[in-house]
Amino acid sequence: MIDVRNLTKSFGNLYALRGLNLTVSRGTCLTIFGPNGAGKSTFIRILATLSKPTQGEIRIEGKDIFADAEQYRNRLGVIAHATYLYDELTARENLVFYSKLYGIPDRDATVNRLLDEVGLGKRGNDRVRTFSRGMQQRLSIARAMLHNPDILLLDEPYTGLDQHASEMLTGWIMKLRNDKRTIILITHDLAQGLEVADEVAIFLRGRVAHSAAAGDFSNKEFQQLYFETVAGGRTN
Amino acid sequence: MTLVYKDLLSEFRSRETISSMLVFSMLVVAIFNFAFDPGSAYAQQAAPGILWVAFTFSGIIGLNRSFVHEVDKGCLHGLLLAPFEHGAIFFGKMLGNLIFISIVELLTLPLFAVFFNLQTLQGLPQLLVVILLTTLGFSAVGTLFSAISVNTKTREMMLPILFLPVVIPILLAAVNATAMIFDGKGWNDISDWLRLLAAFDLIFISLAYLTFGFVVEE
Repeated sequence: MIDVRNLTKSFGNLYALRGLNLTVSRGTCLTIFGPNGAGKSTFIRILATLSKPTQGEIRIEGKDIFADAEQYRNRLGVIAHATYLYDELTARENLVFYSKLYGIPDRDATVNRLLDEVGLGKRGNDRVRTFSRGMQQRLSIARAMLHNPDILLLDEPYTGLDQHASEMLTGWIMKLRNDKRTIILITHDLAQGLEVADEVAIFLRGRVAHSAAAGDFSNKEFQQLYFETVAGGRTN
Repeated sequence: MTLVYKDLLSEFRSRETISSMLVFSMLVVAIFNFAFDPGSAYAQQAAPGILWVAFTFSGIIGLNRSFVHEVDKGCLHGLLLAPFEHGAIFFGKMLGNLIFISIVELLTLPLFAVFFNLQTLQGLPQLLVVILLTTLGFSAVGTLFSAISVNTKTREMMLPILFLPVVIPILLAAVNATAMIFDGKGWNDISDWLRLLAAFDLIFISLAYLTFGFVVEE
């Protein structure tokens, strides 16, 4: 279980997060929505240990994530709109590079399996700069899955993807969700976000303005709730 | 070593960093060669300074590029998410920078010797040790400041502004030791400068390693 308590992040006088509280059960997919500047990406960066909170804590199964950040990062996979891939390296070289960083023992077999799973088996020896945005994002999924993480952070992974690539990504997120991994997804696309979620949260001005089970809403109801919440600054 | 290999492979494919550094370094040597009468006393006096101007400013070009590839597609985050201490990233990048700058220096040196009519072979071992120790210090300080400046809007300007004042002690030591070597002096004569270079390297590698984690954290 991910337990976020009183999480605050400020940059000088500017507050990105203001005492945020949130709980994510193990094996569930939480989709976070919110307007720009709501603190979603700051939250994900702290959860990924890329940034330290000004105040508050995040505990996973009772342990502070910053207490043993290196061990925690071994359980963590991150897929963002930035792919974390090197253009001059081939798809295979990128995955081999990251698998070395994670100390994966059966490297070649793991890389080959993941390349096949994301449908890039035949393009493994091509440089990443020759790939379309959709292919790069698929390779990014393979990169994030190399060490078989049980917690996945997805920070606006749909950005820049065409319809087909978006549908493929949704299929992948559904597959990861069915594997009972804990997933936290940030997206601006209400329909896509709701489709894959077990739980939803709406962030507003650095706080959780609304949280509920995804099954409580139809698409239309959720859209209405989202726009009312964002327009009115309403919290539950 | 994984990071070093990745940097070398990327550079081997793109050839954008070393070629820029090499062209700049050779241009500096060639331009100064035209400014002085080759073999004259002035040229002999100015030679150590000219050599280190070429090495320093071509090095800055390489250091400026060092983290650009890492931030382009968020790759630095990819590195920071890996399950090891962030100081290891510093050592990997520093070693890569050391190799790139050393390659450029070793390629520039023969051209410099020809242009300035220097009998460098006699003091070559001493000169190589001075170059290695100085480049090590450059790489340590430069890698840290490159990580700082890469996220600023004026990174090309920011790096020299941060970097040059800090490396003044090793530049002074390198120029003086090089002048002595060109005058035919031996190991004993340059030992003080070598000690200064080694002490600088030790201090700044330790400091950069310890502070790198804070620099890359958002």
